[in-house]
Amino acid sequence: MEWEVVIGLETHAQLQTKTKIFSGASTAFGAEPNTQACEVSIALPGVLPVLNSEAVNCAIKFGLAVNAHIAPRSVFARKNYFYPDLPKGYQISQYELPVVGKGAITIQVPAVGKNAAYEKVINITRAHLEEDAGKSVHGAVEGMSGIDLNRAGTPLLEIVTEPDMRSAAEAVAYAKKLHELVQWIGICDGNMQEGSFRCDVNVSVRPKGSDKLGTRREIKNLNSFKFMTQAIEFETRWQIETLEDGGAISQATVLFNPDTGETRAMRSKEEANDYRYFPDPDLLPLEITEADKARVKAQMPELPEAMKARFEAQYGLTSYDAASLTASRELADYFVAAVTAGAEAKPAANWVMGAISAKLNAEEKTLADSPVSAAQLASLLKRIADNTISNNAAKQVFEAMWNDEGEVDAIIEAKGLKQVSDTGAIEAIIDEVLAANAAMVEEFKAGKEKAFNALVGQAMKASKGKANPAQVNEILKKKLS
Amino acid sequence: MINSSLKQLGDMLQAKKISSVELTQTFLSRIREYNPNINAYVALDEAKTLAQAKAADARIAAGNAAPLTGIPIAQKDIFCAKGWHTTCGSKMLANFVAPYDAHVISQFDAAGAVNLGKTNMDEFAMGSSNETSYFGGVKNPWDFDRVPGGSSGGSAAAVAARLCAAATGTDTGGSIRQPASLCGFTGLKPTYGVVSRYGMIAFASSLDQAGPMAKSAEDCALMMNVMAGFDARDSTSLNREKEDYTRDLNKPLQGLRIGLPKEYFAAGLSADVGKVVMDAVNEYKKLGAEIVEVSLPNNGLSIPVYYVLAPAEASSNLSRYDGVRYGHRAAEYTDLMDMYCKSRAEGFGAEVKRRILIGTYVLSAGYYDAYYLKAQKIRRLIAQDFVEAFKQCDVIMGPAAPSTAFKVGEKVNDPVAMYLEDLYTIAVNLAGLPGMSIPAGFSTSNGGKALPVGLQMIGNYFDEARMLNIAHQYQQVTDWHTRMPELNTQKEAA
Repeated sequence: MEWEVVIGLETHAQLQTKTKIFSGASTAFGAEPNTQACEVSIALPGVLPVLNSEAVNCAIKFGLAVNAHIAPRSVFARKNYFYPDLPKGYQISQYELPVVGKGAITIQVPAVGKNAAYEKVINITRAHLEEDAGKSVHGAVEGMSGIDLNRAGTPLLEIVTEPDMRSAAEAVAYAKKLHELVQWIGICDGNMQEGSFRCDVNVSVRPKGSDKLGTRREIKNLNSFKFMTQAIEFETRWQIETLEDGGAISQATVLFNPDTGETRAMRSKEEANDYRYFPDPDLLPLEITEADKARVKAQMPELPEAMKARFEAQYGLTSYDAASLTASRELADYFVAAVTAGAEAKPAANWVMGAISAKLNAEEKTLADSPVSAAQLASLLKRIADNTISNNAAKQVFEAMWNDEGEVDAIIEAKGLKQVSDTGAIEAIIDEVLAANAAMVEEFKAGKEKAFNALVGQAMKASKGKANPAQVNEILKKKLS
Repeated sequence: MINSSLKQLGDMLQAKKISSVELTQTFLSRIREYNPNINAYVALDEAKTLAQAKAADARIAAGNAAPLTGIPIAQKDIFCAKGWHTTCGSKMLANFVAPYDAHVISQFDAAGAVNLGKTNMDEFAMGSSNETSYFGGVKNPWDFDRVPGGSSGGSAAAVAARLCAAATGTDTGGSIRQPASLCGFTGLKPTYGVVSRYGMIAFASSLDQAGPMAKSAEDCALMMNVMAGFDARDSTSLNREKEDYTRDLNKPLQGLRIGLPKEYFAAGLSADVGKVVMDAVNEYKKLGAEIVEVSLPNNGLSIPVYYVLAPAEASSNLSRYDGVRYGHRAAEYTDLMDMYCKSRAEGFGAEVKRRILIGTYVLSAGYYDAYYLKAQKIRRLIAQDFVEAFKQCDVIMGPAAPSTAFKVGEKVNDPVAMYLEDLYTIAVNLAGLPGMSIPAGFSTSNGGKALPVGLQMIGNYFDEARMLNIAHQYQQVTDWHTRMPELNTQKEAA
């Protein structure tokens, strides 16, 4: 039997607010345990939550970015359960009425083997605001477990998809696209190591052609795309094998172990909590007006799709180039900065997607750490455009800039890479070359076109590569005619 | 002096006829004298209290006193007060010292009032007799064999026995008004959202409201001027302009329309209370009021609705007491679950456990719609009853409690009988309306000591100043509110 995997994602994106969702405590990462735990974070008797409007703005931004319905009225609910890192004994979340309703994200699934790349629309079911829990710390005190409440109350947007994905590749393409989008609109720093962007993946399998969903298992807390691929592939194989062996899948929460590459059940549905959700009486319903949406929309950056269309129209870039440049906000910003600093669009696009991306990939760096700034790239490209250096020389200059050897003009100077464009000097060189290579000149005159290129090569060699190739061509042609 | 109004005390302080330290010492010595019997206070800290009194005297000397500067106020132990034990009447918080001030506490501090001590209360404000307190019951100053009502029983006894100039209370289902009725003083539960709940330990968040407990309506008005006001730290605090609650005290009552709900004078009301209440209503007729009969048809549902919603919220509000960060933790346990179970089993009393169980049940999957959601729908009907009633009248009057103070132990093992104590008060919380109880007379029908009876007044939203005016006018022609219980012979007999 042929099987089909059905995947849906729940992603927790930590919102980039200065303070927590229901208190004024800082959300900065990495502080000493419990130094960012105010009375609300600790859940002292008598404290009350007050909603951080910045978190609401983030939710609105996301809703606008995925063309979702933004609820004019949504409700915070308490999700009740006991756990040491949950100081109130309940998490404030949204349940029946989330802030963001149905929306959609278009993903680009890359080519794999003989399967070509394709686009697909993934439907967003909802996105809701909630607070994060604290952390249990084991081993800090001998024989005891500690609780660090710095993270308790950090704002999260939980983004839930429909079960629209049919392969690990689609799931990862969606996760990457979402990861890029939340950073693009500035609501999440996307730092997966620090847990700012974590995915839970619901996986089920069914016979291909069936429209009935199989029983799903939820893989919790995946914090890298590599692990996501491995986990989904393992889980899918496991479910298919289980069913083919005559077994049944029971609903469960599973964890992925990166060391073994396997998923393993941590609790079954029977052990699941009854969370006893009810509207939080300490918080008023969240009301969002058309004016609120308009105000937030005015603060939003141009979205990737719109920017891609603009790059094509404004800069004459191909659809492919425009899509590549708008794959990340960083890349797009870098490109725009280079163009703004005077670089021509097409070469700038080529350099950003070519030399710079290659270097960054090789050194596992991001654009933020690039030793060559957009302004530096622009001055380099200007020197190509004004014939100061050749394309070949530009590569050497780029290399030197990458290694922090100075600014463009200084490097050209120091390495003596300046093109010779003085007609008299080039004529003198060519005269020498013609005199020394009479045989080649004869061959050319006999109709051997190749001889011309050989003469150009000789002239460039004689100039130590510095002569302007276009001028060499031109003068040589004149002299041979 | 102990029977002086807040206004009189303020005038004496500012005229320097008496110092705040002297006034405070007067109350402290009364507390030393009578509190061992009455058990109104659970936390006293004379050094802190006198330091505040000294500071108040300095402020008065500097000439920038506010109306309550230097006046000793008792604070219900439900309000967090920095550096003070704040127990909420529970073993769970017996060792908890609050590291921050509730909004109400900081308002009194800013006014220069003196915190006389923390008053006893039913555990987590769950009770109508003060018998659920971990720190023991409170005696009704009018009869030490009887309860003061609850949950603000300590504040109630302190006001009645003149162990403070005035006190704060909180009212979730009648916890200011029922003890005010049983102990014979003036208590006001404001409109929900008028006084910030920040730092007030939550019982049922959508119903809890703090208010003044004092000798007279005028005193309550001065207390309200300190307690009320917007606080951004409470999302349910209402952002309204600051009011002077004394502004209407002296307005005449000519043409006032008083609504008497027929459901309040039906079965369940003891005859002696009914008579006192009707006498008071007749007094209002003399003051120019007219009487109209109104109906609150859903009032009978208020107790069942309340005992679904309040426990539901409480079951969640009390989840934070888990033994992890503060509060009681069992001495021995085998694992995390065992620590939770033992800490909570040991830390909470029977009534609190009963309500956590009820609340957990009504919120559980499969029961939520039948209980919690249904109760929310009826809550709206109950509120709508008042909207209809206020089309015919300006204020509603009736009893605050079905009977006078009952004996210690009489109802403690019968939760339903205890819950019926709040038959006339609970609907007001469900609707979020302001309610008052004012001393209206005494009953001796139980054959023993004369026991006070309160008249309840229910106003429309934000009508506190009008209600205080209506109560004040009554207190100009009656003297029930000036009567004091006899303590010495009771103390000796005890």
